[in-house]
Order: sequence, then structure tokens, then C-alpha cells
Amino acid sequence: MSESLLNAAASKFDEAEVYRIESESHPVSFESNKLKEIMRRDTSGVALRVIDNGRIGFTSTTDAARESELVERAATLTPFGSKASFSFPAPMPYPTVDIVDTAVPRVSQQSMIDTGRGLIERLLDEWPDLLCDARIGWSTGRGRIMNSAGIDEDYEQTGYYCSLGAQLIRGTDMLNVWAGYGSSHLFGEDELDRLIQTVRRSLSWSKESALASPNSGDLPVIFTPRGVGATLLHPLMSGFNGKNVVNGSSPLGERWGEKIVDERISIYDNPLISGASGSRPFDDEGVASQKHVLIERGVAAGPLLDLQTAGQLGKTSTGAAGRGLASTPSPTSSVIDIAAGDTHFEDMIAGIKEGLIIEELLGAGQGNELGGDFRANVSLGYKIENGEIVGRVKDTMISGNVYKVLSQVEHVGDTADWVFGSMRAPAIQCLGVQVAAKHE
Amino acid sequence: MKYRDLIENALNGHGADYCEIRIEETDNSRLSYRGKSLDTIAQTSGLGGNVRAATKGGWGFASFNSLDELSHKVSDAVAQSKAVGGSKTELGEAEPHVDVVPAYIVEDPTEISLDEKKRQMDHYNDLVWSVDGINSADLIYGDSSRKTYFGSSDGSYIEQQQVHVVSRISAQARNGGDVQQAGFSLGSQGDYGLIRGLDDQVIEAAKRAVALLEAKSLEGGERTVILDPVLAGVFVHEAFGHLSEGDNVYENDKLKEIMYMGRKFGGKHLNFTDGAAIPALRGSFKYDDEGTPATRTALVREGELVGRLHSRETAAKLDEKPTGNARAIGYNFPPIVRMTNTIIEPGEATLEDLLEGIEDGVYVRNWYGGMTQHEMFTFSSGEAYMIRNGEIQEAVRPVMLTGNLFETLQNLDGVGNDLDMNQGGGCGKGGQSPLPVSNGSPHIRIRKCLISGA
Repeated sequence: MSESLLNAAASKFDEAEVYRIESESHPVSFESNKLKEIMRRDTSGVALRVIDNGRIGFTSTTDAARESELVERAATLTPFGSKASFSFPAPMPYPTVDIVDTAVPRVSQQSMIDTGRGLIERLLDEWPDLLCDARIGWSTGRGRIMNSAGIDEDYEQTGYYCSLGAQLIRGTDMLNVWAGYGSSHLFGEDELDRLIQTVRRSLSWSKESALASPNSGDLPVIFTPRGVGATLLHPLMSGFNGKNVVNGSSPLGERWGEKIVDERISIYDNPLISGASGSRPFDDEGVASQKHVLIERGVAAGPLLDLQTAGQLGKTSTGAAGRGLASTPSPTSSVIDIAAGDTHFEDMIAGIKEGLIIEELLGAGQGNELGGDFRANVSLGYKIENGEIVGRVKDTMISGNVYKVLSQVEHVGDTADWVFGSMRAPAIQCLGVQVAAKHE
Repeated sequence: MKYRDLIENALNGHGADYCEIRIEETDNSRLSYRGKSLDTIAQTSGLGGNVRAATKGGWGFASFNSLDELSHKVSDAVAQSKAVGGSKTELGEAEPHVDVVPAYIVEDPTEISLDEKKRQMDHYNDLVWSVDGINSADLIYGDSSRKTYFGSSDGSYIEQQQVHVVSRISAQARNGGDVQQAGFSLGSQGDYGLIRGLDDQVIEAAKRAVALLEAKSLEGGERTVILDPVLAGVFVHEAFGHLSEGDNVYENDKLKEIMYMGRKFGGKHLNFTDGAAIPALRGSFKYDDEGTPATRTALVREGELVGRLHSRETAAKLDEKPTGNARAIGYNFPPIVRMTNTIIEPGEATLEDLLEGIEDGVYVRNWYGGMTQHEMFTFSSGEAYMIRNGEIQEAVRPVMLTGNLFETLQNLDGVGNDLDMNQGGGCGKGGQSPLPVSNGSPHIRIRKCLISGA
């Protein structure tokens, strides 16, 4: 099917690319401490992208009976399409990346049920008032990318994941905490223990309530690894997105090679890490994966590029193309890896007279992320007084600018932890975060 | 009735307490612009389906793109439900319905040529760039047709089609590292006409983006705010709507104690409703994705909780009636309890009445986004203006507002008389986003609302 589609398209247009995916996933869900639902999801479909007379056409379908329409549809679209600044790539060598674990598709329904039940029971033993949700699942994905320049690559990927959430209600005060982890490899007790520890830590730090004092950015804030992901990552990455660089809305547009943040900050996009969710030998356009430097010792290295944005900037693709079945490729990060520093997390807390710890936010991404701004309600965060965590803060908002905040780094944590299996980050303590809070 | 035999045959002898099949056909077109030029033009089509089964209170679900061997897929989902079930399947009463519901159409976007859509959007892109100081633009146009074929073991067979049009136009201005943006979102069910005649709005948004570079940022803190109908619609959706969804409450005794019928949330001027049985809005339909006919549900009457939104399961477990709010975004998701068209009903006050006496407040208009986690919510304005001495004055940078349901509704002390609907949004829940919804309100006033610094 893929061959005949590619042949039909290649004979009609200057260049063509066929992208086919087939996946299945098997999640088991617990709701309010009870097993609720078992699912099986199968997905399959094909996308056709062509270049003709310098313009791009794109179409896709999940209806096998309508695949024959794709060439005709592409012919209708292409005259209106955007200008192509690239040609489809020829075959190239790919790195070996470990993203398949043959044990994953053999995970039984019963073992996922037992895992979920075990996690919930362990939490309930200690906190009998909790209402817990859990989801455990595995998936396999197969894809094929072919183009008229000769690329014809199959790939296969497995995935196993587990998430655990807990809710505690006291009066009208509601607390929700959760943790999750995913990998292309099956994982066991160590990772499950870590999930439990994460939830347990959040619950115990939230035992008391505390009031954050509003300030003008001169109080220290510690972002936990999850807090780094929730607060800083998105506004920062929007500056490294090739599309934003091309259209001039990245504040880094003319600053490559300059120091943009504290020299203790180094950030990589690394799709070569074994087992990580997001690792891959080549991207969704068939370009070889590489470890890409975003920030090295505070200096902005270069943006994430796919074929089109690379062509527009006169550079080469960094192998960062990501796509869904129904969307054209665009620059996408794979596995974000932030270098650890040298301060113990406990020492950061002990050294703070008054400050906040940020773990989770509600409503991040609504602000002006393009300029590096962030602002959100602190849905899970804690107050530090005299070197100790005194309780959970609520009705508190934080705001700031990621470039300014990361230029005022006080400490970087000495361990980088996995956040949901697709990002590795240390805790980061900074100044420059504005805090607004309810009076009373 | 295209798939009636296929569905009925596959359900035959299913062996669960309840079983349903939903097949879906979709056709989508999309144009997007970024920077100065067209970024994407795409047409996609889809076929998919799912089987959902309940046995002894447990659910099984199987989704797929191929309709081959449908009865095997029924067996899979039924077996899954049996592996889960251990109590009793409880589903609210449902009369079986057999019906074919055509799309609501004013001007069918699928009949408009791609050429015409592109010319229209090219024109708006040119207008954005005609304003001095514009650095980048983001424009999206999309239309979609979704046809669903639903059959259940209760004897329902329903075909329904929906056609939606959405657009977002956003302009950016930049001064060094300072990037500001302004824009607006539109949506309609079945009316391409909404895309026409936006010249003034487009130019105004582009000018606003440039002006924001010079605007001041507010200090974060508590202030009196007045919300325009669009943002107030987002407010009722985020602050109240989500917590009135029955699936939050039905297995949660503590939340039941908090969200009991008759609970007082605020003054007599608070009246909230939700319902798909209002014609022609984005969240309107005849039957939900469980085949329950759409209704209108009063959520708050004169400040008291009087109702909530249900699927068949949450209604049965709370001993209430299904309200027709079980919705799925697509064939690969089970229906869950969702809002449709959520409204704050108008009161008596004019905007001038609401402004009167405000010494230092903020007038917030238009939306950028919103999120809820139980009683906590946040939402962002697209525009913000200072209010001094009861008058709307200079623009400041857009703000984010946050609050806690129980306090904020007590502080909502003024409801205007000028109801208007916001059709440009989509709602996300449980990984299902963006679901077509609308919300609406008159202008409202909230005292002591916490806003972020910018």
C-alpha cells in the first residue's frame, strides 16, 4: 500500500513522502480507589506530503478505503500550499537507539491491575482518607517513512507507563497530588517506589497550610524538577522553536552564541537516551537524531529545526521534526536533559529564611510565552520559613520571565530526576519570581 | 441508515449488561499562517469506531480504525468489562431513540472552495501586516464535519452530523526581547459566514498588539474587576462548570458533602445554566454520545446549587436524571461528562452601574485561556484596562485572574443585563481537547479578585 501510494504520488509530483503509523495501547484505569475501565486502542493511518512546483501539499486519512483519494486531494491542495524551502532527504546513517523492550507487549492485564491495586493500597495504608486514581498501560507503535529520494525506513517503539494521583479533601480545601513515569522499557519496583515517594512527599509537605507573602521578586524560589518542567520549560523552549525563530518572534533570534542565562545552566535535547519516552533513531522526516545543544554554560547554542525551518534559515535540520498523523511536521523537542549542579536539595531549603517551593502550576501557558514570560496559579507549592517547609500555599500566583529568572540562579540541585520519563532536570533555586497572594 | 445493520449484528448476543458501538466519519480542512506567509494547508479525513461495554459496574472499551470483524471487537470490550466488574451496572433511564439528525447549516463551509477560504485568510493576514510595528502573525482557519453512527443494546440507533468552523487571528509586536500579542477567536456551528467581514476587528487586534509594547504591567494583588461577557463566559465555565460535572462527585463522598443540592454559593443574582438544547451554538446537539436527548440544566438558581451535569452512569449513582452531557471528542475516547453551552443569566445592571464607585479596578476583556482543578481556577484576559473613578481608562498588559470557587462566587456582586455568547473556545478534560463548547454571560463584577503581575 505504501509503495503504491508513493509511486503514484512520485509520478505526479516533483517529490513525495509517505508516513504511515500503526499503534495499539492497553491502559487500565482506577478511579476513586477502584478498578474502573480496561481499554484497547488501535490506531492506523497514512499521511501524504508532496512538493510540486516549489509548493507543499499535505493530506492524511485513517480510512483505508479512502487512501486512493490522497493523490488527487494533494493535487487540489498543492497549488495553494506554502513554499517549500527543502527537498526530502536521501538515505543517511542512523544512530542505534534502544526504544524497544520485547517484554512490554507481554505484560498481562492482570499484572497491570495488580500494579495499580498495589500502588493504591500502599497509599491508603498510610492515608486512609485518600481517593486515588491510577493508570497503567503499555503500547507499541510501528511506523514507516518513505520518500521519493530513497528513504524507506520502518521503526518500532514500545512504551510502558504508570501514573498515580491522590486527592485529599478537608472542609472546602482540596489537595490533588500525582506522579507519573513512562519508558520504552518495562520498569519495576524501584520506579514504582519512586512514584509512591513523590506522592507521599507532597502529601506530607501539604499537611499544614501556609500563607505566601506577596513580594517583588527578592525572595528565593526553588523549582523542583517537576516545577522546572511546569514553569520554565515551555516559555524557554518557545524561544528555541525553529518556527518562532523563522518568523521573528523568538527573543533569541539574534542572540545565538551569546550568554542568555546563568553559566550553571546547560540544556540539551537528546533523543539518543536509552529507554526515554521521546527517544528515536531518526525524526518524523527521516533525518538522523542527534544530541542537540540548546544552552551550554548559559550560552544559547541553536534552535530546534525541521527540514522546512532549516531551509528557511539556510541551515540543516537538527532532526527535530515531530508530527501527528493529521498534522505537518514541525520542530519538536524529544527528551530534554538539564545538567545537574552541586547543591543538595535539603541544603537549598535549609539555606532559605523565607521562600517558596514550586512543584505544580495551574494555568501555565496562558501568558505571553513567546517573550519568555510565565505566570500561573501555584496548584502545588510550599512555603519555607527559617530553613524549613512549613506548609502548602494556595491562592498564590507566580509570574516572571524565564530569561531573567534563569539569570538569577542561586543554586542548581546535585541530582537530575526524570519527570514523566521525557525530561531530566535538577531542582533550581532562583530569584526574580514575582509572587502575588491573597491577604488575610 | 448506513451502519444500522452492521452495528445491530455486531451487538447481537454481546453478553454484557450494556453495550454500544459508535462509528465516526470525519473530514477536516485547515489553513494556518505564521510569520508573513501561509504555513500549512491540509485536508484530512478519518474513519474510526469504538465499542464500549459495561458488566457489573466495570467498563471495557475498544477503539479502532478498521470496521472489519466488529463482533470480535465487541467480544474484546465485553471481556475487558467482565475483568473489571465486581458490583452492579447502574445506568440512568434511557428511552431508545432511532433518529437521523442532519447537520445544522447556515452556510456550509464544506461547499466553499479552498481558493475562496485562502483568499479570505490571505486578506486578513495582509491586514495584520498593514499595521505599523507588527512583527509576526498567527492565523488559523479550520472547518470540520463529524458524522457519528451510534447504536446501543438498549435499542437506540442515532446518526448525527455536526459541522464546525473555527478561526483564531493573532498579531505580535516585538521590541527587543519584549514580545506582545493580541488577537481573537471565533467559532460557529454550520456557518462559514462568520469568517467574513472581520476587517475592523483584525486591524484593531493588530493595533492593540503594538500598543501593548508601551502599556504598563500591573502589580499583582487583589482588585475589583469587571469582566466582559466573553471573559465572564470563560469564568463560569472554569470556576463553576467543571465542579458541577457529575463525574467529579459521584464516587467522592467528601465532595458530595460540599456540593449538596441547596448549598448557597452567593446572592440571588447568581443564575447559571448549561445545556445543548439551545439551537445553533457550538455546544448544541440533539443527542449526546450515549444517545441521551439534550436538555437545559439549571445549575444555580438565586445563588443556590440546584443541578449538575450527568452521563447515564453518574446520574444513576447520584439518583438524579441523565442530562445529556456525556460527550466524546472522537471515536478513540469514551464519552465523559462535559459542558455544552454554559451561561450566566442576565440581571438588571448596565455596565455604567457596575463601574460606578470603583476607585481602582481593572476592566478585563476577551480570553486567552483558562484551567480548573476542583475548587481552584485561573483564566487569562486578552485585554485589560484600568478603572478609576468609575471610568474605563488606559490599557495595561493582559492579566491572569485566579480564585477559589467558594470565595469568588461570594464576591461576585454585580451581574449586567447584556448577555453575549463566546463561541471561540474549546474545552479540555481527560485528554479530550478541544471539545466544541460555548459559554456566555453579561458583564459581571467581582470584588477582591486575585490577579497576577505581568
